[in-house]
Amino acid sequence: MKCSGRKYIKTESLPFFWCSGCGNGIIFAALTRAMEENNLDNKDIVAVTGIGCWGKADDYLTTHTFHGTHGRAIAVATGIKLANPLLKVFALVGDGDGITIGGNHLIHAARRNIDIIVIMSNNFNYGMTGGQYSGTTPFNSITATSSYGHVEDAFDVSSLVKSAGAGYVARCTIANPHMIQQLISKAIKKRQGFRFIEVISICPTHYGKYNQMSSAVEMIKDLSERTVNFKDIDQIAPEDLGNKIMVGEYQNQEVEGFVHRYQRLKQSILPT
Amino acid sequence: MICPKEGRYFLQGNIAVGEAAIRSGAMFFAGYPITPSSEIAEHASIHLPIAGGTFIQMEDEISSLAAVIGASMTGVKAYTATSGPGMSLMSEHIGLACMVEAPCVIINVQRAGPSTGLATKPAQGDFFQFRYGTHGDHMIIALSPASVQECFDLTIQAFNFAERFRCPVFLALDGIIGKMYETVNIPKRNEIKVVNRKKAIASKVDYQPYQPDEHLVPPFVPFGSPLITRANGSGHGIDGYPCDDAKNHEQLVRRLINKIDRYKKEISLFKEYYTHDAEVLIVSYGCSTRPAIAAMKEARKRGIKVGILQLQTLWPFPEELIASITSKAKLILVPELSLGQLKSEIIKYCHQKPVIGINKLGGVSIQPEDILTVLFREIEK
Repeated sequence: MKCSGRKYIKTESLPFFWCSGCGNGIIFAALTRAMEENNLDNKDIVAVTGIGCWGKADDYLTTHTFHGTHGRAIAVATGIKLANPLLKVFALVGDGDGITIGGNHLIHAARRNIDIIVIMSNNFNYGMTGGQYSGTTPFNSITATSSYGHVEDAFDVSSLVKSAGAGYVARCTIANPHMIQQLISKAIKKRQGFRFIEVISICPTHYGKYNQMSSAVEMIKDLSERTVNFKDIDQIAPEDLGNKIMVGEYQNQEVEGFVHRYQRLKQSILPT
Repeated sequence: MICPKEGRYFLQGNIAVGEAAIRSGAMFFAGYPITPSSEIAEHASIHLPIAGGTFIQMEDEISSLAAVIGASMTGVKAYTATSGPGMSLMSEHIGLACMVEAPCVIINVQRAGPSTGLATKPAQGDFFQFRYGTHGDHMIIALSPASVQECFDLTIQAFNFAERFRCPVFLALDGIIGKMYETVNIPKRNEIKVVNRKKAIASKVDYQPYQPDEHLVPPFVPFGSPLITRANGSGHGIDGYPCDDAKNHEQLVRRLINKIDRYKKEISLFKEYYTHDAEVLIVSYGCSTRPAIAAMKEARKRGIKVGILQLQTLWPFPEELIASITSKAKLILVPELSLGQLKSEIIKYCHQKPVIGINKLGGVSIQPEDILTVLFREIEK
């Protein structure tokens, strides 16, 4: 469905503050289009952000917003949703925000199936502070704090969130904006449970430069070539899978969200 | 509820806090288990869902206060309870609550620190943590009860201040007051004065989320309202959008401080015992007030004119009150379950009068004899 997403965008704040070539603008556009596709009313939406490049997304939204602390967007979103279950609550988190400093909140919200939608922009490093390594930085890659090659392995965030119990988990990349919109739209339509969309993004300014891929075009092309949908996994030799980015739905189950369960609990204890 | 209607009840301090919270209209609690505060969370888990509210036990104290702040911004009265180690984790969000101006109540049932310290034992070592526990310039309100009745009354007051000033308010209990059982008078519902935050009345064109009223407090709009609102923990303009302009930051931070500071006199709650003729003044708060009262009675029997100033409001610190009330005293005694935190604040405002601390660690209560021993020694000098 063709949508502009315009009614959710504070156009007078444009252009975005993000660097040229940053993937955040693509995710932002897909998010606002998915909102429009589902006819969401601005007054019903609360976008909660943390700190980081993607944490600036609320600056461009005309919905209710909460710009809080680094790593805690999901915890704030939990309070908002439980106190007013009618709201559509989105937590917009980065990889540093969402899985590194805030990883504990992410897995617990997934386990509880808190009825919010989390959109993670994963660009493998802390862009805002100069390109240091995060919990998703791949082994051996160069960042501002891993000049000799990163010694740690990265989280597979979508698999982790799936194991934690989330009802809906999907991964996509900024090389396919239409798919981002589709997945977010699907998450909105599901209405309950914890819904997590991991968008693999790029940071040409830092991560790209450190790893000899300074052009955004080159990085998007690389993402595109390395992307494999779950559906096509059989066509790839197992030895070639290591370098690939798996996209598609990691989890799509009907779950009873926290809000519904708690409401049932309340009804069951009401004095007769 | 444990106390379904008005009357006299025999309650624990922590439970009196919970009963008062629900009567204040609180509908949301998020917390993490920690002694000696656990009964407050347990009480909320049982009674909030019946009252139509929500209880959630979060993964830590960081997320607990985050969830409380989020809930508050939907227009709901929200609270959490913890002890020193949990309050250390909450530090980050004390500042967030100040900055986004989220009314909320944070109960700290103080225990012996530092670090894990003595997990179940009382202390009064968080006096300065209440005031300076989060980074950056800010002002805070902290109230402290010295009886179970005051646990009830000051909880109501804490919610009222939070709503009126749109700020976090601390309730400073300690392991003795929180765990103690006493008789409490619970008033009729309609006799309890409950304050609700001022709502913004504005058109969509005019509305600015952080436009303060004449009392320097921005009228509130909840998430979900047709008026679109923004909460922002970063430096922001009155529109709620980020702003790092020097002048704007100066104005913002000064307003957050002044909105409380300007009403310091109204916020400053205290009790006086025999201060009219007191030559020896005991200044105390919380659990230390109880042995102070016993010591005062004993000293008066022996003809020594002892009086007590019991601070119910710890912060903003009642500088003028201390200055005026200590002017007549010859000697000031400050019993505390810490090494003299309150004492150091009193010294600043008491005209260089002698101030002697009666300090105890180890998680054991100060005894009346501890105070009397120091009193007799000092008068003999």
